[in-house]
Amino acid sequence: MSEAFFWMLLGASVVTLIPRILPFIVLSKIHLPDWGMRWLGYIPVAVMAALLGQSLLVADGRFAPQPEELLAAVPALLAAYFTRSLLAAVLVGMMVIIVLRNLA
Amino acid sequence: MKNGTLAQPAQKATADGFMQGVRDCLPTVLGYLSIGFAAGVVERTAGFSMLKIALISLLLYAGSAQFIAAGMMMAGMPPSAIVVTVFFVNLRHLLMGAALAPFFRHLPLWKNVLLGAQLTDETFGVAATRLAGKDRASFSWMLGLNVTAYLNWLVANLAGGLFGDWIAEPERFGLDYALPAMFLGLLALQWRERANGRLDGIVALSAVAVAVAGSVWLSPHVGVMLATVLAATIGLVLEKRWGTGGRQS
Repeated sequence: MSEAFFWMLLGASVVTLIPRILPFIVLSKIHLPDWGMRWLGYIPVAVMAALLGQSLLVADGRFAPQPEELLAAVPALLAAYFTRSLLAAVLVGMMVIIVLRNLA
Repeated sequence: MKNGTLAQPAQKATADGFMQGVRDCLPTVLGYLSIGFAAGVVERTAGFSMLKIALISLLLYAGSAQFIAAGMMMAGMPPSAIVVTVFFVNLRHLLMGAALAPFFRHLPLWKNVLLGAQLTDETFGVAATRLAGKDRASFSWMLGLNVTAYLNWLVANLAGGLFGDWIAEPERFGLDYALPAMFLGLLALQWRERANGRLDGIVALSAVAVAVAGSVWLSPHVGVMLATVLAATIGLVLEKRWGTGGRQS
């Protein structure tokens, strides 16, 4: 194993591990005030929407809405909402995108 | 606290047990298989041996960071530059961990560390959605979720390293869409569970706007973190001003 790879792997793993475990260490000791907990309650929606916005609206560092991906988002959202199944959203989204990409 | 958990063992074991965590992870498997496969291909292209691919999947265990590390290694960049970049790429875990950690406060420290060490975008999404409206989570359930995602990631990376050359145009099979579709599903479920529709909608739209602007003008990783912090703050401020919106209804 090359020396460069070893140091890269060690360093990258440590700087990834620390932000992962730090909140679990600190917040198991400290109680946040009520507004802090409410703020954290919005984090899941915010993170997921941000990640989605990037994958559906950005390509190569530019604002570029992806028409097929955006179109397939509608049935995927509806599938999850009405079946309450995450797997349904994934399968419906993939099926629609396959049809759009191969037939349209 | 001990008595509280012992009082209802049979019911808890089936509802929040390890196997339930494994099952709850299954919808993420397709999305992670495709990303892990792609990461394996890139790692192979960067000249990583199968041992190195296994090590980076198990120790770094982070999709975009592995792509970036492989790409930068290939470009001949020094380890220090890669480590700094990976740090910023993965700093978002800090926010996700903070959102999940309060559910695990009843657990001893080592269990918290173990669960935190395996935090990913996907397991976070599933856990945050399942736990919406609850106040504590089961260790074995989260472990089942985490271990399934971890093993799936290892297998996907190794498969990419082994068979990467054989599969042309994975987009034709819609594999790259499994991940966005999963996040769409998680958002829809969150929306149902939290019954906080108007505010969550505004938070989601603000996050999308800031993430897109941040990705275009700054960088994708900075964009996600900025979007998360700003959008959550907007949610909190509006909640103070308007009350909890639809939460009571």
